[in-house]
Amino acid sequence: MNKAKYFFLILSLALIGLGLTRNEQLTVLRKAIRICLECIGIG
Amino acid sequence: MKRGIVQSIATLVANSYLPGFWKGTIYSGKIKYLCFPGLNCYSCPGALGSCPLGSLQAVIGSLKYSVSFYVLGLLSFFGTTLGRLICGWLCPFGFLQDLLHKIKTKKVNLPRSIDRPLRTLKYFLLLFFVLFFPMFLNNQYGTAPPYFCQWICPAGTLEGGIPLVLYHASLRDMVGFLFGWKLFLLLVILTGALFIYRFFCKYLCPLGAFYGFFNRISFVRLHVDPHQCTGCNQCAKSCPMQVPLPSQPNHHECIRCGACQKSCPGQAISLQWNWNCRNETKELPRETVSKEA
Repeated sequence: MNKAKYFFLILSLALIGLGLTRNEQLTVLRKAIRICLECIGIG
Repeated sequence: MKRGIVQSIATLVANSYLPGFWKGTIYSGKIKYLCFPGLNCYSCPGALGSCPLGSLQAVIGSLKYSVSFYVLGLLSFFGTTLGRLICGWLCPFGFLQDLLHKIKTKKVNLPRSIDRPLRTLKYFLLLFFVLFFPMFLNNQYGTAPPYFCQWICPAGTLEGGIPLVLYHASLRDMVGFLFGWKLFLLLVILTGALFIYRFFCKYLCPLGAFYGFFNRISFVRLHVDPHQCTGCNQCAKSCPMQVPLPSQPNHHECIRCGACQKSCPGQAISLQWNWNCRNETKELPRETVSKEA
């Protein structure tokens, strides 16, 4: 169980890296810099 | 350090784009590539970072992707390092609930038969509203709205909806059933927080549900010293999240609020950063509790 934290730490960093190679961060930014009408209860 | 101070600083830092508040706009800089660990709407005029739940749904529901390694990786990183300490110390919406709970009203602990099933609701919301619905319930263009944000999230209504609708007449003209529903839900949740400690976190927050999976393995963990624990059960009685203490200090419902530490007469409980692979924070056998109770 205690080795699991290192496994998940490495896994999480690998997932972030994989996401970055797929440019997912651009989708996050695109959504976050415009007012999200659904989030505020309009759209 | 006092938890309230850390919570205040975290809330201020997360919402420190001050021009947004007087211009009625939102921050559009590069910090929004990153997700803030706690529940903080990215459409709040002051928000500097992205909302992790909103980002996850945005990527999953987009035309290009059906899963978000980037956001899941960030969430797993936060979970593995801090676990639900984020809920107790960093989440702005959790901080608001803590403040509301300080208002003098009758405090309620729901009976176990109601409390238990209600606590599973947040896992249902995580699985369906955050993951499956944006993944599978697409419109004709192949995209999906952020279902949790759209129908449930009270932080979006409070931090984004209310200030932006008050500021922009054009948005006021668009207000309809959905806004009314979300306002109603926000009122229910805030009223609930007056009477029940962390009403939203206990029963409805998918982010807390996700971080809860990491509580048992996170670097930050509660340690109960078996030599100093007398089994008096003061920790269990003082826990506002009803965590089974002292037998399971790293239970998935624990938000590391520190109430158990303060109540322990033998100072047997401590919050630690544990680098070791060896199991130094072995949990106490359940008999310790029943024997002494």
